[in-house]
Amino acid sequence: MQDIVKTFPGVRANDHVTFEVRAGEVHALLGENGAGKTTLMNTLYGLYQPDSGAIYLGGKRVRIRSPRDAIAHGIGMVHQHFKLVYPHTVAENVALGLSGAPFIGPARVVERRLRELAARYNLPVDPKAKVWQLSAGEQQRVEILKALYRGADILILDEPTSVLTPQETQELFKVLERMKEEGHAVIFISHKLDEVMEVADRVTVMRRGKVVGTKAISEVDKPTLARMMVGREVVFRLSKGVCQPGEEALIVEDLHASSDRGLPALRGVSFHVCRGEILGIAGVAGNGQRELVEVLTGLRRPRRGRVVILGRELTGQSPRKIADCGVAHIPEERIRMGIVAGMSVEDNLILKKHHRQPFSRGPLLNLREIRRFAKQSIEEYEIMTPSPKTPAKLLSGGNIQKLILARELSGQPGLVIAAHPTYGLDVGATELIRKLLLRQREAGVGVLLVSEDLEEIMALSDRIAVMFRGEIMGIVPAAEASLEELGLMMAGERRAKEAA
Amino acid sequence: MRRLGPLAFERRLTPSRPAVLGVSLLAILAALGTMSIIFAAYGVPPLRAYAVIIKGTLGTRFGLMEVLRRTIPLLLCGVGLVLAFRSKFWNIGAEGQLLAGAVAAAGVALFTDLPPPLLLPAMFGAGFLAGAIWGMVPALLKVRLGVNDVISTLMLNYVMIYIVEWLIHGPWKGPTMRGFAYTDTFPRAAWLPLIPRSMVHWPTLAVGVGAAILVALLLSRTRLGYELRVSGESPDAAHYAGISFLKVSLVVMFLSGGLAGLAGVGEVAGIHHKLLPPIQISLGYGYTAIIVAWLARGSPLAAVVTALLFGFIFAAGDEMKVTLQMPFQVVGVFSGLILFFLIGVELLMYWRVRFLPKGEGWTGKAGS
Amino acid sequence: MDWESWVVSTLNRALAYGTPLLWGTLGEIYAERAGVVNLGVEGMMILGAFSAFAVAQSVGDPWLGLLAAAVVGAGAALIHALFTVTLRANQYVSGLALTIFGLGFSGLLGARWVGIPLANPLPKLTVPGLSQLPVLGPALFQNQSYLTYIGLFLAVVLWLVLYKTRWGIVIRSVGESPATADALGVNVFLVRYLCLAFGGAMAGVAGGFLSVEYRPAWTEGMTAGTGWIVIALTIFAAWNPLRAVWGVLLFSGLYHLAYRLQAWFPPEFLKLMPYAFAILVLAIAGLRGARQLAPGALGIPYTRGEK
Repeated sequence: MQDIVKTFPGVRANDHVTFEVRAGEVHALLGENGAGKTTLMNTLYGLYQPDSGAIYLGGKRVRIRSPRDAIAHGIGMVHQHFKLVYPHTVAENVALGLSGAPFIGPARVVERRLRELAARYNLPVDPKAKVWQLSAGEQQRVEILKALYRGADILILDEPTSVLTPQETQELFKVLERMKEEGHAVIFISHKLDEVMEVADRVTVMRRGKVVGTKAISEVDKPTLARMMVGREVVFRLSKGVCQPGEEALIVEDLHASSDRGLPALRGVSFHVCRGEILGIAGVAGNGQRELVEVLTGLRRPRRGRVVILGRELTGQSPRKIADCGVAHIPEERIRMGIVAGMSVEDNLILKKHHRQPFSRGPLLNLREIRRFAKQSIEEYEIMTPSPKTPAKLLSGGNIQKLILARELSGQPGLVIAAHPTYGLDVGATELIRKLLLRQREAGVGVLLVSEDLEEIMALSDRIAVMFRGEIMGIVPAAEASLEELGLMMAGERRAKEAA
Repeated sequence: MRRLGPLAFERRLTPSRPAVLGVSLLAILAALGTMSIIFAAYGVPPLRAYAVIIKGTLGTRFGLMEVLRRTIPLLLCGVGLVLAFRSKFWNIGAEGQLLAGAVAAAGVALFTDLPPPLLLPAMFGAGFLAGAIWGMVPALLKVRLGVNDVISTLMLNYVMIYIVEWLIHGPWKGPTMRGFAYTDTFPRAAWLPLIPRSMVHWPTLAVGVGAAILVALLLSRTRLGYELRVSGESPDAAHYAGISFLKVSLVVMFLSGGLAGLAGVGEVAGIHHKLLPPIQISLGYGYTAIIVAWLARGSPLAAVVTALLFGFIFAAGDEMKVTLQMPFQVVGVFSGLILFFLIGVELLMYWRVRFLPKGEGWTGKAGS
Repeated sequence: MDWESWVVSTLNRALAYGTPLLWGTLGEIYAERAGVVNLGVEGMMILGAFSAFAVAQSVGDPWLGLLAAAVVGAGAALIHALFTVTLRANQYVSGLALTIFGLGFSGLLGARWVGIPLANPLPKLTVPGLSQLPVLGPALFQNQSYLTYIGLFLAVVLWLVLYKTRWGIVIRSVGESPATADALGVNVFLVRYLCLAFGGAMAGVAGGFLSVEYRPAWTEGMTAGTGWIVIALTIFAAWNPLRAVWGVLLFSGLYHLAYRLQAWFPPEFLKLMPYAFAILVLAIAGLRGARQLAPGALGIPYTRGEK
């Protein structure tokens, strides 16, 4: 790929990017969130058309106008958010759009070849299973099989490890090795240095839409890569005071709840969070973390169990009641849920608090107070916005998250429930948000941190609980936790001796 | 960014006010243009058609008054629909809610012995309530049972049409009306005052304008308005913020249906002075009000202007029927066309055209 | 009336009444399976009804009339496709516009045809042999419409296509997750255009049935809300062509049972029955949680995320 330029309104996502990958290698594409890695790969896969630049395959210039062209050229892509039709079976997903499939009963024919492929690359999966029933790891296998079935020579994997346990990650790496041996070229998009060092043969680092450099893995070390990626020295440690737990901010006892599909999602979860402590909840996505947060914040009704927050019995209460008791909630899907995208920054800053003094007086809104609060929050949290009247959707991801924190941390909460607070943010915003959470802890607030990023969990938490299939596999003091132990628990192994 | 000769087209994330206005005008012009083809196909020279329309509506006092008369129900229904659409409740049932209001007003006028000064206020009150209740049924159905709001509101229109038919053919049929399916004429005290030499029942017009202002204030200045806007923009965020979907839906449909009910009161108390077949009470005001509201883009005050526009189109339809012998359905055709073009050109608002002579490339600045 | 002829005539009339509903519902199922709601069914049906009548009356062949109805219906649906798929306009509003336009346009063009009975309506069909069966014969196989049988046959075929073929996977995927289909090289826009056009053709024929067979004449607004009932039935059938058959039979059966009550109720109440039933049917669907079966991307315009 030569001199690729791709512009979106307001951003130049790829600025004269040149990138190459060879057959039989794993080439890592490293960069922060928003560096332009995915944009570049979407361009290679035909989802985007570059503004300028050219793509060469085997020395020949090609034009890739659509994914159909890309597939025809032997390019396959596993997107970070899987492109799967969840209600359909695995075989139906593979058969979708497959040119060679028979007209009648395509799924049956696909099933047969799928079994062969699965065995050859050691990617076991049941072709007849419905995709939504599979774990994230299995879904990823379906995605890889889909690409291999179509004869992909070049396979793009976008942040493939973000949904895997450490052990599953190791298995994936073995599969990649196998593919390398078979002569495939693998492009491995990541922002995690360790993984890149482990699996890649060469690495290309991107920053703010530009290529910083391409190196053989043997020539570089972690600090060098980090510097290339961020553009400055990075300190990987957060200063954290000693934990001084106070009284219990949150007690959860034997909590049961169902998922949207009516299946059991929480199966007897019990734990507590003290004031002045951060409890991290680790686990692979889809093991009940979302439902847990929803039950605690009143968005989902528990079937059984008890929730006591700041000394008050709040099981099954409304979201408003719970919020009014001093619970801050930093939601998982910040754009869909955390903000009202079409409304102004000002309006968004009073969401959840709009019905109380000082923002409301009787049935009327107190516009002057709202404006004052907006100004104050924008300054205090350094929210970059053209004006308080700007629609929130125009802010960057980091600034949206700052807005949400500004709102949620105002009015002194006693308990903060943060779900994936730094997901998809760049290093600067991530650092800021982690600092804000630690500051809450210092101020004696209980923090429940749900994250799939083990590094984050380990860096921030005082104790770590691991969830698997709706149960807590064990709770470990962060100081004693090892990546391996957490990984085993994430895969469903119960901890031998339960720590406090 | 794309280029076409010296012109550069840039995407923008929020449309500017002039862009919205310009694009809306463009849509209306495009609809007029298409209408010309239909006129020509119908054997009426387009220019003559437009001349007749302008002369017959804006050219005479009578014509202007006709525009105003048609504006009244469109305004009341339209303002209510703006409110509903702002909270993403698809109220397609203004027609039925209007009829419900007319029925209630007729009931009060015919079957109560209220003293004359109280009669009209009571009719408005009853009409509002009847429309409101008729509107809240689909709200309950939607929130509790997930019944699609488009279908339920629309179906209730038909149900109300046949209820009116039944009333005027059956229990409420006026003994003095002989063969006609009408109720008796209301007592004089139940007649709304008119602007002299016109059919403009000005009290209803005043109520309509007042409603537009109040709804605008409701949306921008009150807690309820805030909750309503949040629910409309993002149901998930509303849920997260502890805003009750049931409460918001019920309140919205109470107001939306109630305003349509008021329109029904105005029609029977201001013009007909009796309950009569539904197609004579309303010429599809409730349906056209959907376009009035959509064109107003969520602003109750803008609905005053768009209601006037459609009041003009209705008056034009009358004129064409009388002078050019065209069926009144031209109004439907034209309304449909305007709506089509309106949504069709919507994407245009998100493009900004700039003059960029050759050689100058990307400036690096984003479209604001 | 003895119970036998009672059952026979109820079933017989329910089939006739249900035929346009079935055609319309099957078409709308395909449109919505591909992810596009078309609230313009009423508009497409009335345009179909008018063009079928106009062509049948002018040419003298009701089958050509039906063909014209299909073409016009598909054409009208393509307008909806242009607005909703290409221009990404709000699907509800575009469908409403189509209905408003269709009702107006057919009224405008049809003004001079009103009240003329169709010279040669579609012939009725009596199935030899089967029509001699007791009870079932007269109920199901005598004096039926060709379109009833074709409609039932189509329901089976469309079910097979949707669930057992390559096209079916493509259509359902486009409605569930267009981004996935797109990433596998499926032309999402083309699929949606084709499904909408097919739905429009079906709605057109449904309307044509009304004017060349059910009541062989042209009346303004003669669809009288049938198109909206179709949309309700689509949801009730949980977007499944076979269930649509049961949904339509249940609906029209209920309607004709209610008709038997005419001795006790004023006629206006019988006329409002179908509309009340439509709401009832949706409430039942809601209780059964049918909405969870809705195609995942229903109502959402697709764009490739290039903002």
